[in-house]
Amino acid sequence: MRYVDEFRDGELARHLAAAIGSEAKGTRRYHLMEFCGGHTHAISRYGLGDLLPPSVLMIHGPGCPVCVLPIGRIDQAIRLALEHRVTLCSYGDCLRVPASHGLSLLKAKAQGADVRMVYAVTDALELARRNPERQVVFLAIGFETTTPPTAVAVQQAKASGLKNFSVLCYHVLTPAAMHAILENPAGVQLDGFIGPAHVSTVIGSLSYEPFARDHGKPVVIAGFEPLDVMQAVLMLVRQINTGRAEVENEFTRAVTPEGNLKAQAIVNEVFELRDSFEWRGLGALPNSAVKLRPRYADFDAEARFGVGYVPVPDNKACECGAILRGEKRPQDCRIFGTACTPDRPVGSCMVSAEGACSAHYTYGRFQGPARANARGDMQ
Amino acid sequence: MSIDLHHGRVEMNHGSGGRAMAQLIDELFARQFANDFLAQGNDGAMLPAPAGRLVMSTDSHVVSPLFFPGGNIGSLSVHGTVNDVAMMGARPLYLAASFILEEGFPLADLLRIVESMANAAVGAGVCIVTGDTKVVEKGKGDGVFITTTGVGVVRDGISLSGNQACPGDKVLLSGSIGEHGMAILSQREGLSFDSGVVSDSAPLNGLVEAMLDSGAQLRALRDPTRGGLATTLNELAKQSGVGMRLDEAAIPVRSAVSAACEFLGLDPCYIANEGKLVAICESRDADRLLAAMRGHPLGENAAIIGEVVDDRHGFVQMTTRMGGRRILDWLSGEPLPRIC
Repeated sequence: MRYVDEFRDGELARHLAAAIGSEAKGTRRYHLMEFCGGHTHAISRYGLGDLLPPSVLMIHGPGCPVCVLPIGRIDQAIRLALEHRVTLCSYGDCLRVPASHGLSLLKAKAQGADVRMVYAVTDALELARRNPERQVVFLAIGFETTTPPTAVAVQQAKASGLKNFSVLCYHVLTPAAMHAILENPAGVQLDGFIGPAHVSTVIGSLSYEPFARDHGKPVVIAGFEPLDVMQAVLMLVRQINTGRAEVENEFTRAVTPEGNLKAQAIVNEVFELRDSFEWRGLGALPNSAVKLRPRYADFDAEARFGVGYVPVPDNKACECGAILRGEKRPQDCRIFGTACTPDRPVGSCMVSAEGACSAHYTYGRFQGPARANARGDMQ
Repeated sequence: MSIDLHHGRVEMNHGSGGRAMAQLIDELFARQFANDFLAQGNDGAMLPAPAGRLVMSTDSHVVSPLFFPGGNIGSLSVHGTVNDVAMMGARPLYLAASFILEEGFPLADLLRIVESMANAAVGAGVCIVTGDTKVVEKGKGDGVFITTTGVGVVRDGISLSGNQACPGDKVLLSGSIGEHGMAILSQREGLSFDSGVVSDSAPLNGLVEAMLDSGAQLRALRDPTRGGLATTLNELAKQSGVGMRLDEAAIPVRSAVSAACEFLGLDPCYIANEGKLVAICESRDADRLLAAMRGHPLGENAAIIGEVVDDRHGFVQMTTRMGGRRILDWLSGEPLPRIC
């Protein structure tokens, strides 16, 4: 078992495609949301749409950490870097997100701001240790997958009395976004979810029970490999056909019902719920993000540098909001592929490799609007 | 007294045009690169003019780290330019080499770099016939920058160009992809991991000779360096005004590279190579060309990976291992690891 090729076996994919094709009823449609950008990416990168029957419609969800950050949050980071002259560390994708005044973190860097791309929060911590004269701020983004490492870094910084390290905490919560999508009466109609892969390793499959129990929506947690996605689609089709709404776990090699209890304990020790947090596309959602607990407040960059959050509306032409809610597809946006491309992105969904627009542009735009409309008409 | 090449460091006067510079050139560069043209000791090298058409190419090398598994900036600077000349179907003959050295750089490291350049030149059958050395103050360089310029001669009847790909032509790749870029990435500060991947940096002129000898009707050759295979194929498609259809399963990738790519969330098709080439050739000659490539040590894993198609959008499309289709797009920005 080498954990790569086994999950990309073309022969198995064709068997699964045949099973989905024979079990999905031609008389109805299956509106399935893949919550995570990782799944969106896999679907596009492996061309899985070509393997699904026309009755199965994949709808991209908001599970892209960079995409869901509103412009005002990027502005906050840029202000820290440009005005407070901190060393701002972030994961790569975040650097290119367009912010106010034609800026992005990368453009701020070109103007002289000290902006660094890091691969892990530990790199930022190390930078702070080696440069005691510099204030190092880690732009902490991501769902439950990246929250535990941030928590550990904050604990380590506190334990070692590090005075020049802080985090701009934008960690958000998956179930809150799923609730928001299901509870929007004017929103997209869904028949089921492909549940997150890596997030679920932390929060466990039990976290999704309310969606099955209270909303009657089947959830199948799946890994990010193409065969995982195909298997999950088959499991969802079977649940829908038999009128079941359950949480099923396709990703048993990594996800348990309870999740990673140690990681949860560390997160709980360092973070508490924010009353409200604004998401791009979903608006302000209660209890949908975390902030540092008072005992770690010294490491909160917002407080340390006094940079408050100022909401900024999205670019009017950009449909990122509706795309993140699953109400529109990338190709429904007027500026998709024209004014907005990965090289000159207008909206965040075109920036991140996990964004729906980027995935469609990079892997799927050969399909053109004709085929896309044919699928869209069925929604 | 001779220069202490084991403990000394580059000083400003090594680039000042005086005695120290002359000594560095004599005891390091001229000794390592030894050939009759360089020994002329003039401002330029006087070279015999070969019959036929000349190809000239230049490339600057700024790799970090300077030393990596499978080579260093010295060997890379020879292979890079030799390969650019060879991709024109030319036999590389001469190289010029310019060095920008940073004050304080250890001479022992410079010696290693120059030695490996000399060895690479011998391996590629070229002479380094002229050169230049400049020294910049500490902090104004990154150790060593090397610019090499190469001249080669094209045999009669050969005319390769990226604008000649025609629908129906086959696309061939000389071996497994992503090894140079991954070897470099594995050594980068903040990302050190032991992948066991070694750079594929190598001179491709021997392989190109074998391909030309096969008599196959070649349209274009290109080495997929920065931006990887995907970028090179998109360049060729754009230049020729055509599309391409690839078969993902036919593209060779070593398991260590694919594992490291998985680990970092990268795609091997976008990772740099320094010892691979892409060939476009007429369909009926593809098997003959493939056999010639496989008969050469640097082409033993060569494969036909796809074909040129008519496409006004110029899309490079790929049938995935899953049987679906996707675009293999231009690289946008730097390849970045995923977050979630």
